[in-house]
Amino acid sequence: MRYAYFPGCSAESTARDMHQSTLAVARALNLELVEPKGWTCCGATAGHQTDPFLAVSLPAANLAKVQDMKLDMVVNCAACFNRMKVANHEIAADAAVRKQVGAALDRDYDGSVKVRHLLEVLLDDVGTKALARAAKSSLAGLKVACYYGCLLVRPPNILKFDDPENPTCLDRLVTALGGQSLEWPGKVECCGGGLSLSRTDVVVNLSESILDMAVQAGADCIAVSCPMCQVNLDLRQQDINKQTGKNYQIPIIYITQLIGLCLGVGPDELGFEKLMVPASRVLEKVTANPHE
Amino acid sequence: MITIKKKKTAPGLKHAVEQLCHVDLSVCFQCKKCSSGCAVAKLTKIRPSEVMRRLHLDAGRELLESDLIWTCASCGTCSARCPMGIDVAAVMDALRQLAMARGASTPAGNVPLFNRAFLKTVATFGRTYELGMVAAYKLGTGKLMADTEKFPTMLKKGKLALLPPRGADRKTVGRIFKHAQQHQGPQA
Ligand code: SF4
Ligand code: SF4
Ligand code: SF4
Ligand code: SF4
Repeated sequence: MRYAYFPGCSAESTARDMHQSTLAVARALNLELVEPKGWTCCGATAGHQTDPFLAVSLPAANLAKVQDMKLDMVVNCAACFNRMKVANHEIAADAAVRKQVGAALDRDYDGSVKVRHLLEVLLDDVGTKALARAAKSSLAGLKVACYYGCLLVRPPNILKFDDPENPTCLDRLVTALGGQSLEWPGKVECCGGGLSLSRTDVVVNLSESILDMAVQAGADCIAVSCPMCQVNLDLRQQDINKQTGKNYQIPIIYITQLIGLCLGVGPDELGFEKLMVPASRVLEKVTANPHE
Repeated sequence: MITIKKKKTAPGLKHAVEQLCHVDLSVCFQCKKCSSGCAVAKLTKIRPSEVMRRLHLDAGRELLESDLIWTCASCGTCSARCPMGIDVAAVMDALRQLAMARGASTPAGNVPLFNRAFLKTVATFGRTYELGMVAAYKLGTGKLMADTEKFPTMLKKGKLALLPPRGADRKTVGRIFKHAQQHQGPQA
């Protein structure tokens, strides 16, 4: 199966590990990911906070490129996924917006490219059964708190992604690979998102409560699918410890890294060494578990 | 009880907000669900339902300087839970856009500066260039040392790219930013 894969800017910096593990998992599962040539930033939070026109046009530049490829767009970054879908929605719903965007892009774009999150591809096109069959080792004995954050599930009327208050797609993948996904109250809480640099105080406060909930639930690690959540919970963990006097040491792992491990991809290729809070205990557990 | 101290000289924000985000402020019946789910309300003086009420009563500039709009993480919980289907998060966007356009002061942190630095790198390179953006942001805040202790590790781990991104279609992005400037809307 072929898809147009939009990596997102963080794939080239803070989320190189997410990008690497996405490519590795796709390779192992025979999913062909083609990057749209010349793809550009979706504008992220700064875009929609600043200007409604930028918020729609920046994603649309990429959607138009994918339209020419005649493929579905697949995204793994929750933030990009969100912006792409919202832009599509606004362009399709409002002729004036479509016209404005068309003028800036110097071509018409109608909002019709299908945008899918990589998780949807894994669950619907590959399927948990095939995934389990392809697995060489399992997550048995690993307690995983699956963290969805905001941008994957909200706004629910536009994203139509899973249950917005109690999503389960990450949990289903973890369970399919033999892991124990935990019931915990933090799944769709907000970590502070794009405020990491500009309001570090807010991010420390919100992210600390997420770490706390996961630890209370007995998690060995938190699984994520958004580079901003990953950075806030992982890179900021030492700031959180410094400022609260706590001593959190909980690895924040991309779901594609966990899946890749089970598929037999080496930890280096999956970017495990890039995690700030080391995942050595998780790695030991998983690699010692042959999948039956 | 909410009392509005409206400066008689300045027009209220109600119309401008409705224009920007196409939200019908009048259907809010103050159930306060938006506030109870708000990620940051525990940290702010004013909560989303109060912003909604004040706007409906046509509050003025003081709302553009309220701490909520620059603490809001755009998590979307308020919009998702509003029983009247009001996109409260879009109202927050509209207030930020107006605050930037009208040069309102920012009570805490410096999100506008961050957003400008972010979009500047996008306009220049077509993609985010974190190091360039962080540099511009830090020069603006004067807090040069915050977070720099993390840079060596991040560079070593390949979590920060030393060089600006390449290969992006800068022509299209350039056109988009040019069009944005021509629109009457608030600017980057
Ligand atoms: S959300 Fe972030 S990573 Fe995704 S394209 Fe936009 S800026 Fe880049
Ligand atoms: S959890 Fe945090 S970073 Fe992740 S999607 Fe939400 S605000 Fe964004
Ligand atoms: S949830 Fe909706 S109706 Fe209730 S107070 Fe907030 S905006 Fe008003
Ligand atoms: S979007 Fe902003 S105002 Fe709405 S719940 Fe989230 S933080 Fe609060």
